[in-house]
Amino acid sequence: MASTIRVRAVAHGESTEVQSLIQHPMDSGFVKDKDGKLIPPHYIETVTFDWNGKRVFTAFWGPAVSKDPYLKFSFKGGKKGDTLKIGWSDNEGKSDETTATIL
Amino acid sequence: MRMAIAAIGRRAAACLVLLLALVLPPASAEQRSDPAADQRAFQAYFRKAFPSVGLNDFANGPYAVDKDMRKQWEEIMQFPPYDFALDDGKKLFETPFKNGKTYADCFPQKGIGIRQNYPYFDRQTGEVVTLDLAINRCREKNGETPLAYQVGDMAAIDAYMASTSRGKPFAIEIPDDPRALAAYEEGKKFFYARRGQLNFSCASCHVQAAGKRLRGDILAPALGILASFPIYRSDWGSMGTVDRRFISCNEQVRSVAFKPEDALYRDLEYFLSYMSNGVAIAGPGTRP
Amino acid sequence: MSRIIIATSAGLAVERRLVLQVLGIGSLAAMGLAAGLVPRAQAAEQSLAWPKNAFAQKNEAAALDALFEKPIVVPSDKISLDVPEIAENGAVVPVSVTVALPNVTSIALLIPENPFTLAAYYPIPEGTEPSISCRLKMAKTSDVVTVVEADGKHYGARKQVKVTLGGCGG
Repeated sequence: MASTIRVRAVAHGESTEVQSLIQHPMDSGFVKDKDGKLIPPHYIETVTFDWNGKRVFTAFWGPAVSKDPYLKFSFKGGKKGDTLKIGWSDNEGKSDETTATIL
Repeated sequence: MRMAIAAIGRRAAACLVLLLALVLPPASAEQRSDPAADQRAFQAYFRKAFPSVGLNDFANGPYAVDKDMRKQWEEIMQFPPYDFALDDGKKLFETPFKNGKTYADCFPQKGIGIRQNYPYFDRQTGEVVTLDLAINRCREKNGETPLAYQVGDMAAIDAYMASTSRGKPFAIEIPDDPRALAAYEEGKKFFYARRGQLNFSCASCHVQAAGKRLRGDILAPALGILASFPIYRSDWGSMGTVDRRFISCNEQVRSVAFKPEDALYRDLEYFLSYMSNGVAIAGPGTRP
Repeated sequence: MSRIIIATSAGLAVERRLVLQVLGIGSLAAMGLAAGLVPRAQAAEQSLAWPKNAFAQKNEAAALDALFEKPIVVPSDKISLDVPEIAENGAVVPVSVTVALPNVTSIALLIPENPFTLAAYYPIPEGTEPSISCRLKMAKTSDVVTVVEADGKHYGARKQVKVTLGGCGG
């Protein structure tokens, strides 16, 4: 099954810039469906990025983060060919993880 | 009087009428259809209204004509939200039908790099064929159930096929066939006709108010407006095809929308695409 | 003096005395660091817990208090907060924060006019640049507020984003 996580990690000199797009409804709990019923909140709470066993980034999210959430950050380290490990978990206990190669 | 006509004689009167008919112009006030002239005038209007916008940039709709919106668009395009649909579309396009055939077997050039030629006028069936219609005809021909229009898999396949045509300018043909001209004229009529409780035509927003605000939204110019389809609209949180937008636009002016791929919508798409000949395909795209 | 055990954003349970609150010291982590109790690297590597209490707050002060324990937030021009003037769609508002201060340990994003104020919280480990971009939902016209923790102190920036009723989006 295809991963819900898209990552583009590019090494620039001593740093690596990471962009990610995650497929997730990020339902806030405030929106009604076609029948007028509230769609329950379903959103990613935590996203983590690891490189060489080091936690290089953590995102703590609430329901105000947009659907199919995007993230961009940079960290010192990483070179072309290295592996980045990405994982997320949501308020319903669902999760996904993937690895990406730094370009 | 009666006696005078009787005097001339019936045959002579008939000859006179025939003579006059040959010499005088037709009684009807209809002008001859001239799509090429329409296209020149259409494009000239928008190039003059937006002198700093390059022809291909018209494909970007509101982002071509508003700086603050363009900045938000550039940010989103760093990692476009249609990425998932694009990948799904490629997979769907390449997956064989139950009978072993694929979409490539139905389309010219194996379906790659052809989106800019749609819609086209099918002289055999006498109707306008859009890409979506062609996709479903392909499925039916190969024993598969047709896809729902507007959303989902149809939008995903559109997204993939459009992406293979990026950079190729719209090249819509209107053959020298009265039926094709009639379809074009129907589409043109639709575009300029007012409808709905709000009594707007497509032109009210996308010609007269292009680049201006409709409440909080900036209106896209009609030139190139279909070149970025299918689109991921933030408002929908998902992909939508040309049908989806035609239907939602009609509903927004509070008119009763037509069914997807209704002949009128196909004619409208034919007209709008022909008007945009020369604008490069940029789909899939994103919109507010 | 009463003792209160609090789980901080870094997931550490630390005993705390009220008198410290009176002295106005900022975050517990900073206090711990100042006292040499928790090396910075170690604090960052603790498994961090989703700050549930902070995400449940409905106003700016309460959300900040839940994150940083009554921080004194000083406006800073060293924080670059990039948001649109008028959101093209309130469901997807691009927000970028870049901080030109040393030793940034976290970046928080708050939207006071949203039903829950805290939108996102990013603890920044050592070696990671204090610069993030993300996309947020805004219920209506509101300030977008960023609060940054650096060297135990707190700095902030805010900008208004107009969220309008669309004409085309239904």
